[in-house]
Amino acid sequence: MDLIWLIPVLPGIGAALNGLLGIRYFSKPVAAAIACATMGGALLLSIFAFAQLLGAEHREHVVTLAHWIPPIPLQTVDGLGAFEAPWAFRLDPLSGMMILIVSGIGFLIHLYSSSYMDHEPRGGYVRFFCYLNLFCFFMLTLVLGSTFLVMFVGWEGVGLCSYLLIGFWYHKKSAADAGKKAFVVNRVGDFGFVLGVFLIFFTFGTIDFREVAEAASQMPVESAAFGVLSTICLLLFVGAVGKSAQIPLYVWLPDAMEGPTPVSALIHAATMVTAGVYMVGRNAVLFSHAPMVMTIVAVVGGVTALMAATIGLVQTDIKKVLAYSTVSQLGYMFLATGVGAFGAGAFHLMTHAFFKALLFLGSGSVIHAMNDEQDMQKMGNMKLYMPTTFITMFVGALAIAGVPGLSGFFSKDEILAKTFVASPWLWGLAVVTAGMTAFYMFRLIFMTFFGEYRGPKWGGDAEGQADGDHAAAADDHGHDGAHVWHGPHESPKLMTVPLMILAVGAAVAGYVGIPPIIGDFVGVGNAIEHFLEPSFVAESAALAEEGEHAVAHLSHVVEFGLMAFSVLIAGLGIALAYHLYVRRPKRAVELAENWAGAHRVLTNKYYVDEAYNSTVIKGTMGSARGLWAVDRNVVDGAVNGAGWLTRALSWVSHVLDKYVVDGLVNLAAWICAEGSYIFRRGQTGLIQNYAVATLFGVFACATAFLVVRFMG
Amino acid sequence: MSNNANFPLLTLIMFTPLAGAVLLLFVNKNSTNAIRWIANGFAGLGFLVSLPLWFWLDMATPDWQFVERHEWIPSIGAEYLVGVDGFSSLLILLATLMGLIAILSSWTAITTRVKEYYIFLLVLQTGMIGAFVSLDFLLFFLFWEVMLVPMYFLIGIWGSANRLYSAIKFFLFTLVGSVVMLLGILAVYFYHHEVTGIYSFDITRFHQLNMPFDLQWWVFLAFFLGFAVKVPMFPFHTWLPDAHTDAPTAGSVILAAVLLKMGTYGFIRFSLPILPEATRAAVPWVVTLCIIGIVYGALVAMAQRDWKRLVAYSSVSHMGMVMLGMFALNAVGITGSIVQQINHGISTGGLFLLVGVVYERRHTREISEYGGLSKVMPAYAAIFLVMTMSSIGLPALNGFIGEILILQGIFVVNKIWAAFAATGIVLGAAYMLWLYQRTMFGTVDNPKNENLPDLNLREWATFIPLLILAVWIGLYPKPFIDRLDSSVVRVMMRVNSADVSLNAGAPGAGVQSPVVSSDLLTLDGDTGDVIELPVRGGAR
Repeated sequence: MDLIWLIPVLPGIGAALNGLLGIRYFSKPVAAAIACATMGGALLLSIFAFAQLLGAEHREHVVTLAHWIPPIPLQTVDGLGAFEAPWAFRLDPLSGMMILIVSGIGFLIHLYSSSYMDHEPRGGYVRFFCYLNLFCFFMLTLVLGSTFLVMFVGWEGVGLCSYLLIGFWYHKKSAADAGKKAFVVNRVGDFGFVLGVFLIFFTFGTIDFREVAEAASQMPVESAAFGVLSTICLLLFVGAVGKSAQIPLYVWLPDAMEGPTPVSALIHAATMVTAGVYMVGRNAVLFSHAPMVMTIVAVVGGVTALMAATIGLVQTDIKKVLAYSTVSQLGYMFLATGVGAFGAGAFHLMTHAFFKALLFLGSGSVIHAMNDEQDMQKMGNMKLYMPTTFITMFVGALAIAGVPGLSGFFSKDEILAKTFVASPWLWGLAVVTAGMTAFYMFRLIFMTFFGEYRGPKWGGDAEGQADGDHAAAADDHGHDGAHVWHGPHESPKLMTVPLMILAVGAAVAGYVGIPPIIGDFVGVGNAIEHFLEPSFVAESAALAEEGEHAVAHLSHVVEFGLMAFSVLIAGLGIALAYHLYVRRPKRAVELAENWAGAHRVLTNKYYVDEAYNSTVIKGTMGSARGLWAVDRNVVDGAVNGAGWLTRALSWVSHVLDKYVVDGLVNLAAWICAEGSYIFRRGQTGLIQNYAVATLFGVFACATAFLVVRFMG
Repeated sequence: MSNNANFPLLTLIMFTPLAGAVLLLFVNKNSTNAIRWIANGFAGLGFLVSLPLWFWLDMATPDWQFVERHEWIPSIGAEYLVGVDGFSSLLILLATLMGLIAILSSWTAITTRVKEYYIFLLVLQTGMIGAFVSLDFLLFFLFWEVMLVPMYFLIGIWGSANRLYSAIKFFLFTLVGSVVMLLGILAVYFYHHEVTGIYSFDITRFHQLNMPFDLQWWVFLAFFLGFAVKVPMFPFHTWLPDAHTDAPTAGSVILAAVLLKMGTYGFIRFSLPILPEATRAAVPWVVTLCIIGIVYGALVAMAQRDWKRLVAYSSVSHMGMVMLGMFALNAVGITGSIVQQINHGISTGGLFLLVGVVYERRHTREISEYGGLSKVMPAYAAIFLVMTMSSIGLPALNGFIGEILILQGIFVVNKIWAAFAATGIVLGAAYMLWLYQRTMFGTVDNPKNENLPDLNLREWATFIPLLILAVWIGLYPKPFIDRLDSSVVRVMMRVNSADVSLNAGAPGAGVQSPVVSSDLLTLDGDTGDVIELPVRGGAR
């Protein structure tokens, strides 16, 4: 287990190899082999580490590699502490589960991508695998990080990879826009997250998860006042809201579908977007001490689940349906954590990773078969052409809809049961969402795989139309143009095998979390929640037992009733979808026309993007331009004004100097000149004149002498 | 005093570039390649001789290192007194490295008056290094002024369209600040004489003065004007975008990477430790300017259509962050501030180099002239991405380390300030990514961009050190932070007695023979007249 740091580092090495050498030198198979091999290595190590963890008595293992930020003294609430951040990784039940999910599903998606991205030119292909590897590096760092800052490395790093992969086809403005939007919106969340981390350090003098949990467990639960723990949790939750696409920061996720489909499956369904849920779970002790924030979490989760589901009802882009479904399911997970069922949230995170990755990869397979068509209105009857994709996706849809026996049923039921205990209102919200989920997922299945084929025609090689299609495809996605579309077709083995594996996972993953009502009957406990529990409580305290007790209060009758009801709702949803999209397809169109207003609001996603555009974005850009004008005209204006004033003063001085100061000088000179003219008259050079003058002088002196003498 | 094995290392580092400049005087101005080789050779040599500062610096001692002391102007007590600590040694290394990179980047960009160009760049190097090593305030001031001249000519002769306006603006702005600063220096000088009877500009002596608050306050304002212009802090920043925009690439790189650090260096070396009480009193005011600068710089950057001007305004925002950390007046904040000074040198220096690369190919800085460069210049786009991420503080790259320390440092002082400052991380991402999108992403619409060559070997060579440093500081900043410890303690001892180092053993950091008594830690205004300067070896 001391080698857990290698789990993220392996894909990191793959990314470095492909990034530094591959883009220039490696062929496609070499690049894919490096990427898949490093992921495979990470998967094997993860399995090995997990097995060791299961066998260990004390299921927590921390590996500290080195100092990152060495200790620096800093004031905390309790006096002088030291701010430090080691490169430390933590393996415990929660991170153990996460590394299995990330490396397992990551590995499958790497395999799938090696075929899916085959149309890319070599450079783009290698670049794709470099980013994908890099993503896995950061994601594994995120889940294994033992302190808030190491987690934050992964947290921002996956954001970067998400940015790069959403904008993978960067020549498309929509893709580049979507990438930027994802990054910036996430940064808004990170703003809250880092402030939360600062407050954590200030409060506890440490940013290590375990130490924070231990310290927090000693503090009173803030049920009456909104204290420091509540503030911390709220700030952290802002970060989670950004990363996990909850209201009000969910807007980036649907746009993120601009990225290649394997990216949507890995990053925007199975792993990265669940990081927020993971982070809240990781800080379960903190959140359990902040019941008010827990309420906020539950309400935000519940409302997001419902709102996203309503939007999902009317989308026609196959990936957009799945994107809103993801937002909605993430809301479910937050609902679970918000009512204190951290285990149920993590359980749903796990099952969701399976069936949502499956559904995305399946949709990718369909999109691939349809020559990059994503509009379900132009599909239909695809089950005929691609049976494997159909069957696997069908399993996925059954799982997400909560059909008994499949994984989604177990995790969803768990959430519903625990929500019911906490708040029947939220439970109602969740059940309605469950019904909608079943409806839109089967709407997707029926529109895509059933009914009549509505897509474009295709012809043989001889027909010119095929060339046209091919040219269009080349324009759209930068394909290398080596293939001509021959109509919908099943995808190659490298794509279908991961689908099959995921389908098996989506079917059976739920059996690790059998609810008590069945579990008691057959004598099996809820293995996963029991397993994860140590991650959610402080060592010294047995906090989560309250939650256990709460569920234990539910009688078997009530629990069975709830379960039956949610199954019934899901069944209704499926039946309605069947009715509207298989039996009477026209009815769906009529409904949309009859409820045109509501339909328009939903297809335009409640105009939230428009609202953000006209307020936040316009406001920011407006103030940017305004301040730029201020900078030029006022701030720099003052400088230039000072310059102008100096020049003006210098001109005035110049004038003064020329006409007043120099004028005086000239005046003096003139006076001298004029004066000299007068006196010059006296200088005649005739001795007689001088003699007369001398005589006058003598007389004058004598007279003056006599006057003074005799008058005095 | 350690590492003072009678070998004038600092003098050697300082005068190596000048020796190159002198040698260039004797080279025929038409043999441009010989000039280039000599300039690059001496810049490289300058970097090599500065490397011992990294390897030989003793991190355990709080003393000044590599100290040299000679008479200079005995009649007024000015000395040739040079020495470094961790902080200034890092800035010197930054200066020698960035100087080398700047000179290397000019090889093909500068074709007119080549000889004068390189002479000015090398003289500038000596000026910058001299300012960082001076422990004599007058000597510092001399170098501070010396730097202005070559920079003025670099902008004024090899600049772009508005170069004369920008060059004069740069010169006058700094000059106004520094004249006022000189008054402050003289005030301290005479005060020091008054209480000790010794005429000296030795800053290690100034670091022990307890000046009365009123005097501190006035001197603080005088220093503030000098340093804040250089940083530059809002609202004294408007010379910067003009100077950057019109300067040649190498000028912008040096300006951003090193010259701006003169201001922050001045605050940490002079204002904070000489005027601790005035510093504490000024915190709310300075922080306000910092926060305005962070947000304002970022927003104005967002409105720019000129690539270089955008980066220049981002500098205003980042330097606001650097000042903010400093005025947290705790060890984490000041360490973060210094680390971020290095980081800003790397990332913003790198960004200016990047602009220079395309400017040399296209001779325009208009962002709208570009687009889709990822396609034609993939390696360039990749490096630009790393530098962008470094600039916006992505964890595991250098910018993050500085930002997180600064914000954590200011957070424990005031949470609201930290929250306002942290908005910079959102805005920073917005304007940088938008710039990246407008220049690198999209299709190549402009036919002039279709055949732009990607980076050549020489250009690669200018970026590789920056990339290595960005990743190194991001992943393992410990060697950098460790060598700052004694410098930070030195400042902390003066401005804040609460936080002391965990690492540095002796609390006497700051003087050559550590005899700072505890009186110096309890600074209150009434005892301002009391001075107690221990008699030291260097005293007359």
